[in-house]
Amino acid sequence: MATEYDAIIIGGGHNGLVCAAYLAKAGRKVLVLERRPVLGGAAVSEEVYPGFTYTVCSYVVSLLRPYIIRDLELVKHGLQLTPLECSYTPEADGPGLCRWPDPHRTREEISRLSRKDAEIYPEFGKAMGRLARFAKEIIDKPAPDPASWRPSDLMQLLGLGRRFRDLGDDLGAIQFKLSTMSAVDFLDEWFESDTLKSPMSVSGIIGTMLGVRSPGTAYVLLHHYMGEIDGASRAWAFAKGGNGEVSMSIARSAMSFGAEIRTEAPVHKVLVKNGRATGVVLDNGDEIRAKTVISSCDPRMTFLRFVGEEHLPDAFATGIKRFKFRGSSGKVNLALDRFPEFKDRPGIGPHVMGDIAICPSIDYLERAYDDAKYGDFSKRPYMNIVFPSLLDPGMAPEGKHVASIFVQYAPYHIKEGPENWPSRREAFGDAVIDTLSEYCPTLKDSILHRQVLTPWDLEQEFGLAEGNIFHGELSLEQLLFQRPTSGWARYSTPVRNLWLCGSGAHPGGGVMGAPGAMAAKMMLQQGAV
Amino acid sequence: MLKPTPFHERTTALAQSWKFKDWAGKVAISAYDAHSEREYFGVRHAAGLMDASPLYKYDLYGPDAAKLLSRVATRDITRKFGVGRVTYCTWCDERGHVLDDGTISHLAPEHFRLTSSEPWLRWLLRHGRRLDVRVEDSTDRLGCLALQGPNSRHILEQCVDFDMDRMRFFRVRKTRLDGLDVWVSRTGYTGDLGFEVWVDRADALAVWDALMANGQRFGITPMGLDALDVLRIEAGFMLQGVDYFSSKSCIIEARKSTPHELGLGQAVDLTDRAFPFVGQEAIEAELKRGHKWALVGLDVSWPELEALYEEYSLPPHLAPIACRDAVPVYQEDGRTQVGQATSHTWSPLLKQQLSLASVHPRYAKPGTQLKIEHTVEYERRVVTATVVERPFFDPERKRTTPGRA
Repeated sequence: MATEYDAIIIGGGHNGLVCAAYLAKAGRKVLVLERRPVLGGAAVSEEVYPGFTYTVCSYVVSLLRPYIIRDLELVKHGLQLTPLECSYTPEADGPGLCRWPDPHRTREEISRLSRKDAEIYPEFGKAMGRLARFAKEIIDKPAPDPASWRPSDLMQLLGLGRRFRDLGDDLGAIQFKLSTMSAVDFLDEWFESDTLKSPMSVSGIIGTMLGVRSPGTAYVLLHHYMGEIDGASRAWAFAKGGNGEVSMSIARSAMSFGAEIRTEAPVHKVLVKNGRATGVVLDNGDEIRAKTVISSCDPRMTFLRFVGEEHLPDAFATGIKRFKFRGSSGKVNLALDRFPEFKDRPGIGPHVMGDIAICPSIDYLERAYDDAKYGDFSKRPYMNIVFPSLLDPGMAPEGKHVASIFVQYAPYHIKEGPENWPSRREAFGDAVIDTLSEYCPTLKDSILHRQVLTPWDLEQEFGLAEGNIFHGELSLEQLLFQRPTSGWARYSTPVRNLWLCGSGAHPGGGVMGAPGAMAAKMMLQQGAV
Repeated sequence: MLKPTPFHERTTALAQSWKFKDWAGKVAISAYDAHSEREYFGVRHAAGLMDASPLYKYDLYGPDAAKLLSRVATRDITRKFGVGRVTYCTWCDERGHVLDDGTISHLAPEHFRLTSSEPWLRWLLRHGRRLDVRVEDSTDRLGCLALQGPNSRHILEQCVDFDMDRMRFFRVRKTRLDGLDVWVSRTGYTGDLGFEVWVDRADALAVWDALMANGQRFGITPMGLDALDVLRIEAGFMLQGVDYFSSKSCIIEARKSTPHELGLGQAVDLTDRAFPFVGQEAIEAELKRGHKWALVGLDVSWPELEALYEEYSLPPHLAPIACRDAVPVYQEDGRTQVGQATSHTWSPLLKQQLSLASVHPRYAKPGTQLKIEHTVEYERRVVTATVVERPFFDPERKRTTPGRA
């Protein structure tokens, strides 16, 4: 083909689009290739059942970087984020717990469980908020590599070290504990109420094949507190129209800067010649040349499928093969005839306008993990539920609703083998509905349609290796300069002119756009594109 | 002592926060919740309902009503201002200094309504002495509800006898809302799609109830003044008593402003007039001389704010509500003062720190880099602020009419 692009971006998910927008804004000629007919990757909204829009995979926005919203003028391009009102943990036989943005109200709620916990809760928030600044420094800058001995990397590490020192002894100790302890052990040091600790602990295990009592899970708790320090007072938000609209606003921004986007254009191979990427071949045989090829797909798909081991140094290929995916979650989307009321707090009110966590106790969560450890989905899983139609009535016909249910654990590696997930799919869906029915007794009668996505489906349909929603586990050993593998955490790869810009690169997954933005900046800075 | 508005029963019952405020001697709600953020997003993403009754309102009747308003205000509404039109306007003293700003609505032949932030009955009567016009202070007779946000049109569609799709920006209609007589105008102070509903005191509660009931499925939320303050800054709207001062209350000349200094030149009709307005001569003289100030929007550099707080090992700490403490604005050197910023807010939508400021006109060009004072840990520092176009947020839906292809 005659046309030559400065950059081809494989994958039209939110990170690919962010990267495309930044490069196009800098005047580069950019082409985005998306395999599916819709943009967004795993941040996608689709009308799966007539009249009902599902925010199919990811469903909330917590860490979308504010600088990206500003730089790409996403509000002008239609982004509408509404903060979630409440974090609600219902109980099958108990009053449940709501945590509100109003600290007095939250204190009152927690007091019913433990007066001590109610008192310490704000102090915990303060400590985590300060530590989150430390972590934010990490997610807003490319990962420094201590082994590189590059002056810029060392300076950056020095800066981090200084920050660490500035935390003071108390917080420094907390930071160390966070990096090594389990989420539960860490929370045990602060709180006594199980009902409070269990919804707090789950942020440590999302997207990992670990339990709340597994060491190292405390670190991810910190991410929860990061969104709160960009001037907004709350971390989680729902995007009007679902997360697909986040992607679409980025796509519109990218196009306004001149980026070209093609859907239904599956990439077959990255063209590699003399160790350099020169373009891509599509499934239909078309070859498209570009000065650089940037993959927003996960490292396994990028290197082992699109590039091929033969073009990779052995050590690197081994590193990529060892990169852990181990998807552990599924997703159930429901179209509902009416709102399924919760037993402990009936009615539609602010308590259901946020995220709802089914995790009545720490033991419950650990038992859910037990099932998964031995190759089964949890009979009583942890669930995180949002009713998008309560936040954006346009998601469902009048009076009707949609539910978005994130479910963990649904291990990719079930004992029957992942390829047998399709035959277990409906049983998994039933387990979800049965569990939720214990809290919402009328749920079953109100279901008009249900979409069950197992980790196998996430892999087949959305290209997420082993169904891992973060393009690789967000565990400490796979973060920072180890993401996706040591020495290659700064978006470049051993194949010249081939770059990474997806969640498998630093700083990892979630709808934050940071890998896409930082990859683009790094390439522009190095004159690579 | 504060007096209730016509919606007092409803608004105060819902305001569990107990956050009240004096607005022109009436009880107004600052925020219904502990935070105003939910109300703010309610308006930007769904719809907010605010009691705007404390606004001063004057109904003018008679063949010379338009003449009186065109003599007092800087707009000439004696021509090309048919029934159903609304205009934003300002009025001045004899020296061309702004007294107030508000809207004029042409409700019916020989019937206009003026809104304002301060009382102007005496001023209107004085200038209407020799005219055939009757001026009614309708402030307490009428309740006013601002229904603002992208869903506001859908809500009104449910309950008014009028095709809302045909309601154009800055138009007013007499209609029935759930069978009650009201005026609906497509106006507001949020810079979003929005309407104001004007109703007789006696029917006020019924109108509130109808809008709340019909708004339920469109995510309507009662909204207070804290949210409004953030919204109006995003919309780039100045506020009398904050961003400028009515000349009638200024002790010194330096505090007074002319319409052009406030960026209201568009609202001043100087040519083809049958008669001059109050202050016209002074304004013409000012235009020849050049004005001293320009009202601008400032985008305060967030990275610099973050870095500044970082020096103190603090996270950027900004009040969660709009702030009205005026601070100096400097040239890029950070030393030579060129103006003052009078309203500030963090925009939860745009993720930007915004200010409204008055600066010397040579610094008013968009893109100009200035410095704004910012206090951290009791220390006065400066950060970069860039002059940007107002409104900061300007959605298309604000002025588009779906009924018109």
